[in-house]
Amino acid sequence: MPLMYPLVFAAFLFSAGVYGVLARRNAVMVLMSIELMLNAVNVNLVAFNAYLRDELVSGQVFALFVIAVAAAEVGIGLAIVLLIFRNRETVNIDEVDLLRW
Amino acid sequence: MHPLAQATTQPLPLPEVDWRAIAPELALAVAGVVLLLVVAFWPRAGRGVLAGLTLAGLAAAAALTVWNWDLERVAFEGAVSLDGITRYARAVLLAVGALATLMVAQGDSREGEPDDSPPEVFPLLLFALLGMVLLAAASDLLVVFIALEILSLSLYVMAGETRRLAAQEAAMKYFLLGAFSSAFLLYGIALCYGATGSTNLLEIADATGDPTADGTLLLAGVGLLAVGFLFKVSAVPFHMWTPDVYQGTPTPVAAFMAAATKVAGFAVFLRVFAGALGGLVVSWRPVIAGAAVLTMLVGAALAVVQTDLKRMLAYSSISHAGYLLVGVAAAATVPAGVSASMFYLLTYAFMVMGAFMVVQYVSRLGPPDDDAIGERSSLEDYRGLARRHPWAAGLLAVFMLALTGIPPLSGFWAKYYVFLAGIEAGLTWLVVVAVISSVISAFFYLRVLVVAYLQEPVGDPGAETAPGRTPALGVALGLAGLLTVAIGLAPEALIAAARSAERILG
Repeated sequence: MPLMYPLVFAAFLFSAGVYGVLARRNAVMVLMSIELMLNAVNVNLVAFNAYLRDELVSGQVFALFVIAVAAAEVGIGLAIVLLIFRNRETVNIDEVDLLRW
Repeated sequence: MHPLAQATTQPLPLPEVDWRAIAPELALAVAGVVLLLVVAFWPRAGRGVLAGLTLAGLAAAAALTVWNWDLERVAFEGAVSLDGITRYARAVLLAVGALATLMVAQGDSREGEPDDSPPEVFPLLLFALLGMVLLAAASDLLVVFIALEILSLSLYVMAGETRRLAAQEAAMKYFLLGAFSSAFLLYGIALCYGATGSTNLLEIADATGDPTADGTLLLAGVGLLAVGFLFKVSAVPFHMWTPDVYQGTPTPVAAFMAAATKVAGFAVFLRVFAGALGGLVVSWRPVIAGAAVLTMLVGAALAVVQTDLKRMLAYSSISHAGYLLVGVAAAATVPAGVSASMFYLLTYAFMVMGAFMVVQYVSRLGPPDDDAIGERSSLEDYRGLARRHPWAAGLLAVFMLALTGIPPLSGFWAKYYVFLAGIEAGLTWLVVVAVISSVISAFFYLRVLVVAYLQEPVGDPGAETAPGRTPALGVALGLAGLLTVAIGLAPEALIAAARSAERILG
């Protein structure tokens, strides 16, 4: 398979994530879009690893680290969103505007 | 045969475990875990006990840093490198951590109010410091990513840990934009890996000198890396999160963020851009120089219109990031750029910590203000401070003048060396912009002093509550003030120490 296919796919996935972060107003949807961006990076890392025939498989190892860190990140992110929801009854990031955004 | 199957037939090169190289990081990790257990199993432990244990952990890490002072080597197969940047950043970060511990020990609010940070803030502070110290030593993009996430995840929680709505909001904004910028950084790392075949900074440095390497892919990766790092050090146009986050978070945490994340962020910025990507300086210097111009001018211009001191300090920290970017832009060709930036980070860390300490001191005066979205940090609260609290006002004057860059305080020397390095690198136009920005910034720093010294106090000064609950904040204020004045009077020793950071390993 040419390297171009997974790279274009990952670029599309990343762009979809960026669009989601900028366009969505629900904090949970924004979190999901960030996950999409991280997974686009994973596709890239694995594709490059296969293309380079890296003997140390650093690309795949990196992807594993990204998956683990993304899990930790989403844990903290959901905790913060839950905290906001319990105090304000909303997770719309436009309505969370005590501080000038 | 499948390439992966082939790889397994060869002996796997296992890295040599070099415990000594990461001894300070290990000390911080152990101290953090111990404190977490103390908080979990001894919920009644006082803040004094926890702060004492945190300071003990920091002291152990500092002792190990001194033990490792002369060590210059690359450990863990090039994943961690010990050089001048590492040890200088370690020393500054541990000192900042100690001051932040004292501020947290004092608490964020008046006695009896429920919105102090819970005791978990102490282990989190240690974990954040662990990430920062590791980030400054990281010599592999994988370690850069892990260290960055350790410090960011700890700071997200520290920011939102009070019952104050503004702090929770700040935590959410910090989290969403921080995670967003991490994704950009990661995409940049992936493209650099694809273009050079390695995540190790030493090997990337070799590959960038190779003209047959895939230039387009590498440049795209470098661009995304720059976006990620500029986000983290809050440079324009990626600065939008900074004012909200600094204003909303508890003042001790905001001070820690402003000082320590800048030190760690710029240490890794220097190592990656001036070190590993030094061969591509022609490509990235215009971008960094452009970001520096925008950062200095936008930060200074927006600080002028602020009426809240914490928000003003946030914009001022943005404009200081611009001066530091001048140092980064110079550093790839002029070694003095590295030492000037490291010295700048040292002085800036203590000035900005000191300014936030005065904010914390003043926010604890006066009756509770339930309508205030953040803590009491409006400029109104500083009217006539000199008459009410001459010591606090005097220290405020020291920090404001140092941030402006008035000799003989430390801020002057920091700017002097960075500007000198910029001129040496042929970036005279950039230095001219930096001087213009310094002039603009003098306006808003001095306005704070006008309010504190020349305006009449409002309300009845007798109604103010006693500020002190513990002497921690007073000690921290004294230390920050002393360091700011002392570095200003005798900068030679510290700039000489910074010079040893000029040679970047990887």
